[in-house]
Amino acid sequence: MFDDQLQDNQLQVIGITRKFGSFTALDDVSIDVRRGEFLTLLGPSGSGKSTLLNILAGFDAPTEGRLVQDGHDVTRKPAEARNFGMVFQGYALFPHMSVARNVAFPLRVRKVPESEQKRRVAEVLERVGLSAHADKLPRQLSGGQQQRVALARALVFSPDVLLLDEPLSALDKNLREQLQLEFQRIHREFKTTFIFVTHDQTEALALSSRIAIFNRGRLMQMDGPTDIYTRPSSRFVAEFLGQINLFRVENVTSAKDGISGRFGECLLAAPGHVRDPAWVGVRPENMRLKATQPDASQNAVPVTVNAVSYHGPTVLLSLTAATDGTTNVLSATMPASEWTDFDAQKPHWLCWSRDDSLVFPQENEAEQGA
Amino acid sequence: MTMFKNGGGRSAIVWCIFVLPLPAFLILAYFLPMMGILSWSFTDPVPGLQNYARIAEDQTIHLLFWRTLRICLTTAVISVLVAYLLAYHWILGPPARQRLIEMAILIPFWISVLVRAFGWLILLRPKGLINENLIALGIITEPLAMVRNEIGVVIGMVHFMVPMAVFPIAAVMRQIDPRVIQAARGLGAGSVRRFIEVFLPLSMPGVIGALFIVAVFSLGFFITPAILGGGRVVMVAENIFVRMLQTANWGLGSALAAVLLVLVVGLIWILSRIVRLDRLL
Ligand SMILES: Nc1ncnc2c1ncn2[C@@H]1O[C@H](COP(=O)(O)OP(=O)(O)OP(=O)(O)O)[C@@H](O)[C@H]1O
Ligand SMILES: [Mg+2]
Repeated sequence: MFDDQLQDNQLQVIGITRKFGSFTALDDVSIDVRRGEFLTLLGPSGSGKSTLLNILAGFDAPTEGRLVQDGHDVTRKPAEARNFGMVFQGYALFPHMSVARNVAFPLRVRKVPESEQKRRVAEVLERVGLSAHADKLPRQLSGGQQQRVALARALVFSPDVLLLDEPLSALDKNLREQLQLEFQRIHREFKTTFIFVTHDQTEALALSSRIAIFNRGRLMQMDGPTDIYTRPSSRFVAEFLGQINLFRVENVTSAKDGISGRFGECLLAAPGHVRDPAWVGVRPENMRLKATQPDASQNAVPVTVNAVSYHGPTVLLSLTAATDGTTNVLSATMPASEWTDFDAQKPHWLCWSRDDSLVFPQENEAEQGA
Repeated sequence: MTMFKNGGGRSAIVWCIFVLPLPAFLILAYFLPMMGILSWSFTDPVPGLQNYARIAEDQTIHLLFWRTLRICLTTAVISVLVAYLLAYHWILGPPARQRLIEMAILIPFWISVLVRAFGWLILLRPKGLINENLIALGIITEPLAMVRNEIGVVIGMVHFMVPMAVFPIAAVMRQIDPRVIQAARGLGAGSVRRFIEVFLPLSMPGVIGALFIVAVFSLGFFITPAILGGGRVVMVAENIFVRMLQTANWGLGSALAAVLLVLVVGLIWILSRIVRLDRLL
């Protein structure tokens, strides 16, 4: 990015650790949150995402480490003094207040004049498309509408940062996708920093300017969605974000432009450096199925087809690599129109370019866990 | 349930053995005797409405009802205030405090009303523990009048009613989503505003329920006013007892009982209009 504005760090998480007794929920996490970005915290259940969000919000304090906002230490600043917006998983609307009163709540707290309150509530309700429901109680609204009220309530006072903890997880798929688009639009319009927690990888890829991936309380990688998808730094990240086929390779030799290692009788090449033994990984969409063995410039593994599932424009193939005993179940996608030329009974070759290969070390795998 | 479906004969037997006894008991032990008593109010000493006419006209009876209502209302308000504090700390306090309050609520249930009323008498009477100590400390010179008046009766009744009021309030407080309170905090609300704008309104159904429950129970109070009021603070229930068993005016006594019953049923009906009763349990 060339935009200096975007590089401006609004919030700095510095070496934050949170222990519950002897259990470490967050382990030495450091993140620089840029002003105006859409940062997603992604990770499996129990990886510490909510714990970090609660520390950011001020509902919880770290055992070690600091939180710095625009150069000021805010680690011990109480939640009510932080001026952060917060959208909770269950929305947490005030059940006894109308939609308009819910949304006006943060303005009332800030002693904004009555007429100004009215104006801003009307404006934000307009933006989230709820003007017609201003006088209803939360329980008279659908899930998606309640979600929008929660969003409006968190945005109405122009918070410095908006924290969202799995705001869409209770909604069905269609509504979720619709609201994702709305979140993107609202993020653009309000120019507020969004910190968004989810364990849905598609949601993370679709929405974020950057994604931070957590596992067992540790920050595994933080990057833009494309970078993190195409260049995962660990096997965990590669497997967590999207699909990946993994080949365990041995006798790894390094050359100056990459490595090569044996997978059964096949020699697989990949860019990058790694010590023996290692994993070579490929995304399904980068693999091609061929009826004959390709030339040696490509990586290729002999496979048999187990199952084919039809997904409209593409087919998803489930394959077995039959290489001396080590049977790997692999998956690959291909355009449905191409698949008609294949005979599923025959053996095939699964090929991919060495530049599409990723390599990961096998060491400290127990620690990373999958 | 499925096992009762087939074979009408068997299900009828099951019904007779397991379900019928309760309504049957209630009808025999409560409803029929009550009807009998109520019928006296129209027949004793002569058939007619003269007992009710007397209630409508007699100033001392009006006074009796006003006194009863006043004591009930005072008791209800004070009990609910105290119960609200107890319930709040019972639900939200640290574990040690929660256990302590649990004991404070449960132990009174094991002590009879009679014992508790006499206990208060010992504490409150002119030569009782409180007055003797206050005089010994030089804070007062004359003993405070805390029994044989409404203050004593209210103290005794509040003591009895507080645990009863804690339960409905606590039940409603327990159903308040803590994330809603947290949300208020995240949106900038300090502790006072969180309480006044969010927690208090959400716990109101419990407060209203407790007010009615205490009021209804208090209307029929007998032992506590009899002992702590010492015959000077007579409430309706005690008055009914006196009229029936001491002056043998069965007709007027049962007419008073009928009016009391209508009041109680009326209060419960109003309550059921305001809050959902099942949320109070
Ligand atoms: N108050 C607490 N006391 C003890 N352990 C806790 C507490 N809060 C969280 N934990 C533990 O910390 C770990 C991380 O929890 P956290 O809620 O941050 O996970 P998460 O990444 O948000 O998961 P999910 O996607 O399921 O919401 C979990 O193992 C959890 O059991
Ligand atoms: Mg969580």
